[in-house]
Amino acid sequence: MAVQKYGEQTVMALNGDEAVAWAVKQSNVDVVAAYPITPQTIIVERISEFVHNGEVDMEFIRVESEHSALSASWGASLAGARAFTATAANGLALMWEILYIVSSTRVPLVMAVVNRALSAPINIHNDHSDTMGARDSGWIQLYSEDAQEAYDNTIMAFKIAEEAMLPVMVTLDGFTISHTLQNVSVLPDEVVSNFVGERKIPRIKIPTIYGEKEVPFMLNPKYPITFGPLDLYDYYFEHKVQQNEAMKATPPIIEKVHKEYGEISGRSYEPVHMIPYKTEDADVVIIGLSSTMSVVRKVVDQLREEGKKVGAIRLRVFRPFPAEMLRKELSNFSTVGVLDRCISFGAEGGPLFLEIRSALYSSPSKPATVNYIYGLGGRELPPKLIAKAFNEILEVRAEPGTPIVKYLGVRE
Amino acid sequence: MSTPMLGWKELPMGAVAFISSKEYPTGEWAVFQPKIDESKCIKCGLCWMYCPDSAYRWDGENVPVPSLEHCKGCGICATECPTKAIEMVRV
Amino acid sequence: MPLIEIRWHGRGGQGVWSGSAVLAYSAIKAGKYAQSFPQFGPERLGGPVTAYNRIDDKPIVDRGPIYEPDIVIVIDPSLLKPRYASSILSGLKSGGYLLVNSDKDPAEVRRDLNAPENISVWSVDATSIALEEIGRASPNTTMLGVLLAATNLLPTEYLEQGILWRWPGSVGEKNINALKRAMKEARVDPAKEVVKV
Repeated sequence: MAVQKYGEQTVMALNGDEAVAWAVKQSNVDVVAAYPITPQTIIVERISEFVHNGEVDMEFIRVESEHSALSASWGASLAGARAFTATAANGLALMWEILYIVSSTRVPLVMAVVNRALSAPINIHNDHSDTMGARDSGWIQLYSEDAQEAYDNTIMAFKIAEEAMLPVMVTLDGFTISHTLQNVSVLPDEVVSNFVGERKIPRIKIPTIYGEKEVPFMLNPKYPITFGPLDLYDYYFEHKVQQNEAMKATPPIIEKVHKEYGEISGRSYEPVHMIPYKTEDADVVIIGLSSTMSVVRKVVDQLREEGKKVGAIRLRVFRPFPAEMLRKELSNFSTVGVLDRCISFGAEGGPLFLEIRSALYSSPSKPATVNYIYGLGGRELPPKLIAKAFNEILEVRAEPGTPIVKYLGVRE
Repeated sequence: MSTPMLGWKELPMGAVAFISSKEYPTGEWAVFQPKIDESKCIKCGLCWMYCPDSAYRWDGENVPVPSLEHCKGCGICATECPTKAIEMVRV
Repeated sequence: MPLIEIRWHGRGGQGVWSGSAVLAYSAIKAGKYAQSFPQFGPERLGGPVTAYNRIDDKPIVDRGPIYEPDIVIVIDPSLLKPRYASSILSGLKSGGYLLVNSDKDPAEVRRDLNAPENISVWSVDATSIALEEIGRASPNTTMLGVLLAATNLLPTEYLEQGILWRWPGSVGEKNINALKRAMKEARVDPAKEVVKV
C-alpha cells in the first residue's frame, strides 16, 4: 500500500474531535477562540490542554458565546493571525451573523463544525441541518467521511483558505465521527508545519483619489484600512458579485492543495470534489455526504453480488457546489438517488437534492432523481433501507408518477 | 460624487473602504459654523475633544482651529465651550 | 388631474422625508391617491437624501423609483452647485418645475445649474424664513409653500391639516406661517419654450 512510502507517519488512536485538535496543533495556528458545545467540545478541550501544557505557541481565548468565538477569531485573523474555532448545531446558529461577516471580509478562517441536529426538540446527535443552513454564507464546505479525513481536511483547509482568501468549514458527523475512536495516521509535526507554512498576508491595491496605494490586507496601524464599512446600493452588489466569483474560482485551488497534500501523506482523495464507487457500468447511483456513504458502499457491494448495476458517489465539497462536474458525472445514469440528512422546510426536497436536480436540468440525458431524506437527529440508516432505496430507483424510470421525495426510516 | 463608479473586477478585495472620509467636503452641509473669540479661549481643548467629526485641529497649546471644510455645523463645540468663546455663525 | 411625480433633494435632518410625508397626507385628505417614500443614503445628519411623491386622482399602482419627475424640490442650497446639477435635473420633464431653497434670483439659479429653458425655476430663501418663523433650519414646510405658489396642486387648507398632523400645536402653527410666507415670497423665472409631450 502507498502508506508504506510515508512510513514516518504515526498511527494514533484518535476520535474525530481529537484528530481535528491534533491537526490544529500541528498547523502553526496562532489563535483559537472557542466556546464548548456538544459534540465538538473535545476539539477545544484538547486544544486548551495543548496550550496549558505549553505544547503549542498559541493564544486560547475563552469567550462567552459562539457569536463571540467567531467574532474573536475573525478579529485575530484580520490582525494577521492564523485562527481557528470549532462549533456544532445551535452554536453555529448563534454564529450566524458573523459567518457572513467573516466570508464577506475575505478572512481565511478555518472552523470545524461537528454536524448535529438543531433544536427544538433538543437533540445532540448527527444530521446536517446546521451546516446546510449555513450553505449560503460564503464559506467553503468540506464534508469528511471519518476521523482520518477530518484530520486531513483540517490541515488542507488552512492552505485552501489562505490561498482563496475565503473561510473554510470542515465538517464531521456528530458522534459517528466525532466520538468514534479509530486509527488515524498522523504526519510528523514538522511535515505539517512546513506544508501549511507561516500565514502570508496578501497585499491589495486600493484606488484613492491620490492614486493607487498598495497595502497589506490586514488591520495594521501603519497602513490603516477599514473592513466592513457602510456600503449601500451603489457598491454592495458589486462586492457580492466579487465575493461570489472568488468562491467560484476556488475549485482549482482545492484540487491543487489536495494534490500537494497527497505528496506528503499519500492521501489526496482524488478526484477531490467527489469520490465515485463502482460507477463505471452502473445504471443507478446514490449520492450523499459524509459517514453514511461508507455504509452505502457496503450495500453497493452486496447488490453487485446479486447482479444489480449500482454505484455510489460521495460528495466531499458542497460549497462551492461542483455543478458542472456533477452534471458530467451523473449524466450517464438512468436514475440518481440523493441522500439528504437534512430537511429544508417547505422546499420540494433536501438541499443536496435541490442543487443536484437543478444541475441535471441542463444535462442532455436528464437522469431521473429521487430524494431520500434520512437520519434526522441521529436516526440510524440500516443497510436494508439503503438496499430498499437502490431497488426503488432501479425501477423509478418505469413509473413517472412515483414521488420524488421520500423519507427513509421514519414511522408513518 | 464625481468619482467614476468602479465595477466588481476593479474593487479592492473584501469590501475594504477605499475613499477616506477626509475626501468628503462635509463642511458644505453646514448652515452654521463656529467662530472662535481668541480673547475668551482658555485653550482647554474641549471643542477639539467633543467634535464628533474630528474637524478640530489642535496642537495642545494654541487656540484650536476648526477645519471648515469638514465641520457640518452641529454646534456641540459651542455648547460645550466653558467660556462661551465659540459663536455659531450663518455660513 | 393626471399623475404628478415629485422628487425632493436635501440632506438628512432637513426634513425631506417629513416634507414629502406631509404632502402625501394632505393629498390623501383632499381625496386624492398619494405615495411618499424616501431613498436612504447613509442615515446620518447631513447626508444627501432624496424622497419622492406620487399624487393622482386614480389609484397608484407603480411602486418603483421615479425617473422622470414633473417637479423637483431642492431644500438644501448647498446642492445648487454645478457638480450636483446632473442629479438634481435628472429626468425632469419638459414643462416641469424646479423649486429651490436659495436667496438667489431664480434666473441666476438656472444659470448656475445650466438648467434647460423648458422648465420653470422658482426660488425662495427658505432657510432664512425657517430660521425666522420656526427657529430651526428645517425648510421643508417652507418649500411646500413654494410648491403651492407654483402649481396650485392642493388647496392650502389641506397642507395646513398635514402640517398639524405631523407637528401638532405651536410648532405646527410656526410651520404654517413659514409656508404662507414662502407662498408670498417665492419668485419665478418661467419656462421659455415648453414642449408638451
